[in-house]
Amino acid sequence: MLENIFSDPTFQFVLFSAAKIAVVFGVVMTFVAYAVLVERKVSAAIQDRVGPNRTAPPLALKIPVLGRLLQRWGMFQPMADGLKFILKEDFTPAYVRTVYFWLAPAIAVIPAFLTLAVIPFGSTLGSQKMVIADLNVGILYTFGIVSLGVYGIVLAGWSSNSKYPFLGGIRSSAQMISYEIAMGMSVVSLFLIVGDLNLMNLIQWQADHGWLVLYQPVAFVIFLVSAFAETNRLPFDMPESESELIGGYHTEYSSMKFALFFLGEYANMIASSAMMVTLFFGGWSLPWLGKPAETLLGGLVHIGIFIAKMIVLMLVFIWVRWMLPRFRYDQLMDLGWRRFIPAALANIVATALGVALLNR
Amino acid sequence: MSNAVTTAPAPTAPPPVEKIRIKVDGRDIDVPKLMPDWQGKLVPTTMLQACQMAAQEVPHYCYHPRLPIAGNCRMCLVEFGTPVMDPATKKPVLNEDGSTKIARSVLPYEPQTPRGAIACATPISPGMELYPSSPATKQMREAVLESLLINHPLDCTICDQAGECKLQEYSVQHGQAQSRFVEPKVHKPKAVDLGPRIVLDDERCILCTRCVRFTRDIAGDDALGIVNRGSYNTIATAPGKQFDNNYSLNTVDICPVGALTSKDFRFKMRVWFLKETKSLCTSCGTGCNITIGSRENVLHRFEPRDNDAVNGSWMCDSGRLNYPWIGRADRLQQVQVRGQASDWGTALGEITTHLRNASDGSVAIIASARQTTEELYLLRQLAVRVGALTDSVEREGEADRLLVHSDRNPNSQGARLTGIAYTEIGISIPSIADGIRSGKIKTLIVFGEDVTKCGIDAGLLGKVGTLIVSDILPNATTAVAHYLLPGCAHAEKRGTFINAKGRVQKFLKAVEPKGDARPEWEFLAELTKSLGAVDGFSTIEGLFNRMASEVPALAGVEWSKLGDHGVNVPV
Amino acid sequence: MTKVVDRSPLNFYERTYLPALMEGFKITARHFARSVQGKNTATDLGDGYYPEVPWRVAEGYRGAPYLVSDQDGATKCVSCQLCEFICPPKAIKITPPGPEGQGADRPNAEKMPREFEINMLRCIFCGLCQEVCPEEAIFLQQHYSLTGLNREEMIYNKEKLLKLGGVHPGIQKWKHKLEEARDQESFPVKVD
Repeated sequence: MLENIFSDPTFQFVLFSAAKIAVVFGVVMTFVAYAVLVERKVSAAIQDRVGPNRTAPPLALKIPVLGRLLQRWGMFQPMADGLKFILKEDFTPAYVRTVYFWLAPAIAVIPAFLTLAVIPFGSTLGSQKMVIADLNVGILYTFGIVSLGVYGIVLAGWSSNSKYPFLGGIRSSAQMISYEIAMGMSVVSLFLIVGDLNLMNLIQWQADHGWLVLYQPVAFVIFLVSAFAETNRLPFDMPESESELIGGYHTEYSSMKFALFFLGEYANMIASSAMMVTLFFGGWSLPWLGKPAETLLGGLVHIGIFIAKMIVLMLVFIWVRWMLPRFRYDQLMDLGWRRFIPAALANIVATALGVALLNR
Repeated sequence: MSNAVTTAPAPTAPPPVEKIRIKVDGRDIDVPKLMPDWQGKLVPTTMLQACQMAAQEVPHYCYHPRLPIAGNCRMCLVEFGTPVMDPATKKPVLNEDGSTKIARSVLPYEPQTPRGAIACATPISPGMELYPSSPATKQMREAVLESLLINHPLDCTICDQAGECKLQEYSVQHGQAQSRFVEPKVHKPKAVDLGPRIVLDDERCILCTRCVRFTRDIAGDDALGIVNRGSYNTIATAPGKQFDNNYSLNTVDICPVGALTSKDFRFKMRVWFLKETKSLCTSCGTGCNITIGSRENVLHRFEPRDNDAVNGSWMCDSGRLNYPWIGRADRLQQVQVRGQASDWGTALGEITTHLRNASDGSVAIIASARQTTEELYLLRQLAVRVGALTDSVEREGEADRLLVHSDRNPNSQGARLTGIAYTEIGISIPSIADGIRSGKIKTLIVFGEDVTKCGIDAGLLGKVGTLIVSDILPNATTAVAHYLLPGCAHAEKRGTFINAKGRVQKFLKAVEPKGDARPEWEFLAELTKSLGAVDGFSTIEGLFNRMASEVPALAGVEWSKLGDHGVNVPV
Repeated sequence: MTKVVDRSPLNFYERTYLPALMEGFKITARHFARSVQGKNTATDLGDGYYPEVPWRVAEGYRGAPYLVSDQDGATKCVSCQLCEFICPPKAIKITPPGPEGQGADRPNAEKMPREFEINMLRCIFCGLCQEVCPEEAIFLQQHYSLTGLNREEMIYNKEKLLKLGGVHPGIQKWKHKLEEARDQESFPVKVD
């Protein structure tokens, strides 16, 4: 009986999917926590500062050498941050639209995680494909979900019933919708070349033919810049812009609800990096490692490659934040509508012509 | 009836005398030939008055419109010119263009140097030209100020006058930026104890003798004089004598510098922090106009405010120093019902019910002639509504020849005009006492008086069924009150008093009342409204106008017509 | 004179944002590289990091305002209240001595504050009190890290302000006047 259940493919699917979801979620949460730390450390280094180097639980300091080292690197800082978010007073101002005010952080964070479902973070591990949902329309799903993210921000801005969040919400709606178009059109050219919407197959194609960034540098640039805008990161953090809108859409939020926005931003950053690795940098493959893994070790190596590529891209995200000043709002819209969308369209036409000519 | 309302004659109202045409800074102006001096006697108009009429302020220290002219500070020097007369024809000599030829006044031995005249003491003559803004005048002022400052200690930081000091003001306006004087300054006695209320700093004194003239000619106490010679001139009292009359603090007001300072106000607060509120003195029936200086709800001083119809520029020391009780810590601050802390709603509600059920003649009201006219009016209306006997309490004292009135209540006329009391205040109190004794009067309402001191002793008060008391400070009556309603001092509310001569004057609020205390007119208005006695107003202005329309003597008077100086009504 | 700033339009290369990106990267990379080697302002000064080693402020730094004493240890403030008047955030509160109050703790000055409070939570370190003070009695000093466990603790009273302020030597105006006056008591007046 029990054997029957274990051999039942449906049950196996459910079990392994659950396991994959749990692992991916855990890894992403850890990544978010330490991405924040890296962000703080990198920014400190760029700005001639030291960054977090004080936090440590008392017991950890008892470890000779290593304890002190971890403290100096700020490795315990994320724990303190998390604890702080949980323990702070969760304040709901009296004048907000309560239901939407509570809903907004959840809507902001959920799409960021949902996007990760279709990202192939490895080839195979044993018999399992290293993707949570191997959809054949993976990329369409991604764009569908990503565009939901804006609702969280707009809702937060509107329900806060306060001028700064309101302005932040308005900015984000315009910005995110504009850049989604450019982003979406930039990847069309990829699929013109590959001829498949399944992301697993896309990676396999890259493993066989070389990274798509070499075929589609223009699409990559557009996608990269749009990803900055989509994740509300500098130089496109108009919805947040601390210096002019206090905190933009999350001005009125505190404690865990604020933490969810924070989480969403970093999860989005991870998702975007993962997506770029998948689309342009060959996913788990390396030029000389193009076959799906046959051993467990090979599978783990592929996962490692994927994560390494992702980390590099995340460092780019972080570095850029401390490198460039914020765009002016009109410059931002100008860049989106009058540069990237025409460029993406031109790229599609050129790619289509190229593909048509080569296939003739 | 409205003809009865008269406003006081303006201070410098020109009597119907002939006018002289002169020029001030090149502008023609007609000024009266004669004007009243400090005693009201008509004397020739001075250059200073003429300049004032031409809106040209001439700086001065020793000149004061209400004091005899001394002309010793030299600050008011003004360059002037007179028409040249032909000795043969006694007619003015004309220039070629037909205008009158003017001879500017110059030093007799060096005609290139203009010579000024002290504007406060030099009469004008027809055709005269005054140059209060000419470079020569400015130079003269600069020179006079420089010499006044030679021995001035410049201790503005510790001087109570700083901020309202004419020496400071004129130094800024007319003085030089820097002293050229390098020699050591002459040092004189500092912080000299002149009398019980006055401190003198001789170094700051500029010897204008305003104080000497005031106390000799106004107060009639020739206490001050100048001793020593030259740079060592000092103001002093006669050896062994004190400067102690009831008007001594006025010398602090008129001292243009910080030489004479008040012991009461000494080092208390810098004057620029003081909020100034127009108010009235409540110490006697004269009703001197005062300015209250307060900061952050603390009263710091009373100062006289000019009003020709009442007090001129002066007030007595006893009235001026009669303010610390307002800030006393034991002020009544809590509404009490039978000794228990309560609130206004409860207390007024119970009083309303009680008065509504009271039978005719079972209520008596003893109001205070220290209350405002509005409050007395409301109490009277209350009395009419419940059929109560009313009276007030008399306060008599010794009058003096200047300002202090024998009637020490500020509003006796108000009590009479509103019908609270008869001409002889307090005449009904024995009958109220009899009423209580016989049990006819069951309810006694007392406002602002300690009735145990005027014929209704504590034992008699014990017989009263319901004792409703409103007061400011605790006393024997408030101690036994069934309903205790904390009231406000005059500095904490607005209202009007009618002084002994029938002048209706208003006063404004300077500080917030303490604790629960409310202006009496406010809760009386609520009480009378709920009893159906008076209605139809919500502000003190509305209440006053309503009262004026009902009280015959006040007919034609309106709050807005009272102004800063009040109006007279027939009494 | 009008100075015309040349703002020539960006050329195509500049409009691609590439030069700006390069420049930004160069600057940030330089600082990053330096920091990674463990060098920064704190190590340049050779001290250490902030809480252990307080930051060394530059001369003329405007920190917290404190009252100062003269070289004889007397309170310089005479309670003229000009600082209270000028203070933009109303952080200063002076209680004057009043008629019965204690006189100054040095001869001839007559007056000193009964209480002098600065609410350091309100103070904005603007320095107007120092500028307006006619007695050179209050100075913005170099303290910048003011902490307290509650609001009351952050209201510094006269005693605390004087202790923190220390001695500020200078012309002792009132003492000088007193000496001058004493000289004049003997005749002829001494002229120096």
